[in-house]
Amino acid sequence: MQAEPRAARTVLSASDIDRALTRIAHEILEANRGPEGIVVLGIPRRGVPLAERIAAKLERIEPGFDASAATGQLDVTLYRDDLRRSTARTPAPTRLPDSGIDGAVVVLVDDVLFSGRTIRAALDALNDVGRPAAVRLAVLVDRGHRELPIRADFVGKNLPTSTAERVQVRLLEIDGPAGTGEVTEDAVAITDITDAAAVTAAGEGTR
Amino acid sequence: MSRTAPRYLITGATLPDGTTGDVLIEDGLLAAVGTGLAPEAGADAGPLETIDASGRIVLPGLVDLHTHLREPGREDAETVETGTQAAAMGGFTSVHAMANSTPVADSAGVVEQVWQLGREAGWCDVHPVGAVTVGLGGERLAELGAMAASRAEVRVFSDDGMCVSDPVLMRRALEYVKAFDGVIAQHAQEPRLTEGAQMNEGELSSVLGLAGWPAVAEEAIIARDVLLARHVGSRLHVCHVSTAGSVEIIRWAKERGIEVTAEATPHHLLLTEELVRTYDPVFKVNPPLRREADVMALREGLADGTIDTVGTDHAPHTAETKECEWTVAAMGMTGLETALPVVQHALVDTGLMDWAGVSRILSSTPARIARLSDQGRISAAGVFETGAPANLTIYDPHVTRTVDPATHATRSRNSPYRGMDLPGQVTDVFNHGHPVVRDRALATPRTH
Amino acid sequence: MKHLLSTQDLSLADALRILDTAEEMSAVSGREVKKLPALRGRTVVNLFLEDSTRTRISFEAAAKRLSADVINFSGKGSSVSKGESLKDTVQTLEAIGADAIVMRHWGSGAAAQLAGSGWISSSVVNAGDGTHEHPTQALLDALTLRRHLARRNGTGPRGTDLAGMRVVIVGDILHSRVARSNLWLLTTLGAEVTLAAPPTLMPVGVEQWPCRVTYSLDDAIAAGPDAVMMLRVQSERMHEAFFPSAAEYTRSWGLTDDRLALLESAGAPDAVIMHPGPMNRGLEISAAAADSVRNTALEQVANGVSVRMAVLYLVLSGTDHAGTPALVPTARQEA
Repeated sequence: MQAEPRAARTVLSASDIDRALTRIAHEILEANRGPEGIVVLGIPRRGVPLAERIAAKLERIEPGFDASAATGQLDVTLYRDDLRRSTARTPAPTRLPDSGIDGAVVVLVDDVLFSGRTIRAALDALNDVGRPAAVRLAVLVDRGHRELPIRADFVGKNLPTSTAERVQVRLLEIDGPAGTGEVTEDAVAITDITDAAAVTAAGEGTR
Repeated sequence: MSRTAPRYLITGATLPDGTTGDVLIEDGLLAAVGTGLAPEAGADAGPLETIDASGRIVLPGLVDLHTHLREPGREDAETVETGTQAAAMGGFTSVHAMANSTPVADSAGVVEQVWQLGREAGWCDVHPVGAVTVGLGGERLAELGAMAASRAEVRVFSDDGMCVSDPVLMRRALEYVKAFDGVIAQHAQEPRLTEGAQMNEGELSSVLGLAGWPAVAEEAIIARDVLLARHVGSRLHVCHVSTAGSVEIIRWAKERGIEVTAEATPHHLLLTEELVRTYDPVFKVNPPLRREADVMALREGLADGTIDTVGTDHAPHTAETKECEWTVAAMGMTGLETALPVVQHALVDTGLMDWAGVSRILSSTPARIARLSDQGRISAAGVFETGAPANLTIYDPHVTRTVDPATHATRSRNSPYRGMDLPGQVTDVFNHGHPVVRDRALATPRTH
Repeated sequence: MKHLLSTQDLSLADALRILDTAEEMSAVSGREVKKLPALRGRTVVNLFLEDSTRTRISFEAAAKRLSADVINFSGKGSSVSKGESLKDTVQTLEAIGADAIVMRHWGSGAAAQLAGSGWISSSVVNAGDGTHEHPTQALLDALTLRRHLARRNGTGPRGTDLAGMRVVIVGDILHSRVARSNLWLLTTLGAEVTLAAPPTLMPVGVEQWPCRVTYSLDDAIAAGPDAVMMLRVQSERMHEAFFPSAAEYTRSWGLTDDRLALLESAGAPDAVIMHPGPMNRGLEISAAAADSVRNTALEQVANGVSVRMAVLYLVLSGTDHAGTPALVPTARQEA
């Protein structure tokens, strides 16, 4: 029995998201003292378009940064620690820049930071594909409830939530007509699911 | 002279001819059949027990021409004792024990041993079938005359499990048994065409990757044998006919007056090769389960008399010979305790046959084929012959039961009907007037 | 997906899922660290009751690349003749800690029977059962063909099927589990399959299968296929009178130099030659055809590891298999 989810409450609008990503881009450049050696890797699925957007903003701010040559995606499916429990997921491709990631400053990008387990898996996956000089983490939303000692370097929005809530990130590239959904604009929304079992049933992908 | 043996009055039963009546058993004989029977009372007449059989059917005791009792040799799968208990629970008053025991029943000594074990068990008459060839080897004739002259009085000879494929040997056997009015019961399976065969040959065997068992391997032998029988003027019985083509050939032969009789098993009247998709060896049997069209042809053949009898081919096997890969699993299924329900389901409930017909295919005809004078004494119309030995089965056709092999009397559990709902239940069985089954359970064996 | 028993029961969605997963597994084989932690702590038993070094080492490499522990158990002949039943063998293996049993067996249906028996709770992967099926071989062939088609179309293989591809399978169809598994899988994926063989080596009822049937390999090649898959011919078939002589077989159904030339002129420009191996050079395939650049044999071997990684990952991930149809016959009534 799945409880009726209550109406979604929008917490970030499309323009909020865009501003947050712009700020993150600036912070990345500032922390790195320029675009030197930066590689932006998105974690599928919604981390990937976010990474592309951040890379595009980096290029706009620093024309010397070649977004297409320094962006990629890192699939963590086969590094997850819940493979036994969750039903099998089909892994997504990992795509790295042609120059690889050895010696680079890798900025991992994901939509929601929750337990930290996805990032743990990403760090392991990264370890198997190269040896970056440093790894940073950028997330659109940090909703708390960490289960591992992991924190983000760049956060779009800190969003205190209860575990009975579900954070949904909607991005045009994936959830719009170009992707698989019918969403007409970007948004981050919170849905209250009072029945704890329903949270599991809903399959919180970012946990 | 005063009587001590109890008498039994079965009242209000449905008789095979469709009428309702009473049946009186006295001195091991069917003393009277009629309505409102009122046997004389008194000490001299002996005790009288009345069985109210209203709503139930009284059938002649069933006769199985094809039973594997496994003793001697495989007492872990079945013994004469457990096999005849299963027979009694299935309503049989006479079974024919196939010769493929260890040692093979190819001598007077072995057939007398089996016959004696049957008498001692006392649950059901046991008539050993003699092997046609020594050791079922298909090379030399066994001592058929000695078996016929033994106390077992063998009249049915078969290498069942193996086919007498050598045409000369088959001809000689057919001729030889004329001397004592015997019959050769052929297991029709051309050996070369069925090397390594695992299931019916067809599209399904190709998909499942199991070596096929072509219908022609059965039909070619039957065609040859009916021609041989005509040529030498002998009686031929065809065991477990399984294909529509075989029915056609037998029909052709009967139209020409050839003395051929044929049997079909209960499982070939109900189950098809589709069950092999499970690769569950409980469905592995020789001859194999065939197609729906074959099932229908066999049912029609029984209804129109082309097929004479239903023989169970009760083939008990231990768990370990079935709990293994399909290709190495033993062939065969148990059948004694489910035969009558399957016949009711496939032939009576479908309107193909009445209870007089059931009495014909399960009692009087097999008794005639085996030359038994003490069984199947009922007319074609379903009228009991009074004065005949009281071999009777009372059957309740109105119940439905889920088959649970664990409850069966046979020692083995390889019933293909496990979990299936089948109609009917044997409630009482009289073997020569002695109640071996009473109120749906084994009673006491008959003593000689 | 709890088990992989056959390709006949494999839906298009399941087939694509395995192939797409295999694509990502292939990527791992190309990098410096050829290992994934996905099956760390899981135990895969290779139970091979029939000789097959190639398939066994392929499964072994696949399991090890996913960090699983691998136990190899080989035996020849029937378990009955050895005195130990399959039931006892697999229950022993499970007691040792097997999470998945990869089984090669001489008996058709053994894998399906094992999965449906209730003897064990492990996942069962059919690594070839008698003359029934060899699903991972068909999956690796499909992966090879799909890559080939994607290259031709200039797209990525992920998510694509084999629609419009024309594949000829040649040889001992009757006894070939590879042919069966390929026929079901390739047609599920949208390919058109033609079987070419002498009539004696065609299964009964083949006309009801979803394919074209021809006795002429020349006609099949002249029709311009995208791929020709040659099956291994066992020499003992000759003694069983399935064909008169090896020479006559080669003349009519071998991929000879002449037929290689015909394929190069009539076939698709990039038509490939496939063989499940090991090849009988000079019998079903000429040396020139075997060594041709069109021959994908080595690519097939590499893809075999990827496909088997994908299968092991999918059967061993998750405990909730309720959502996917267990590819098990349902008619068993025994618990």
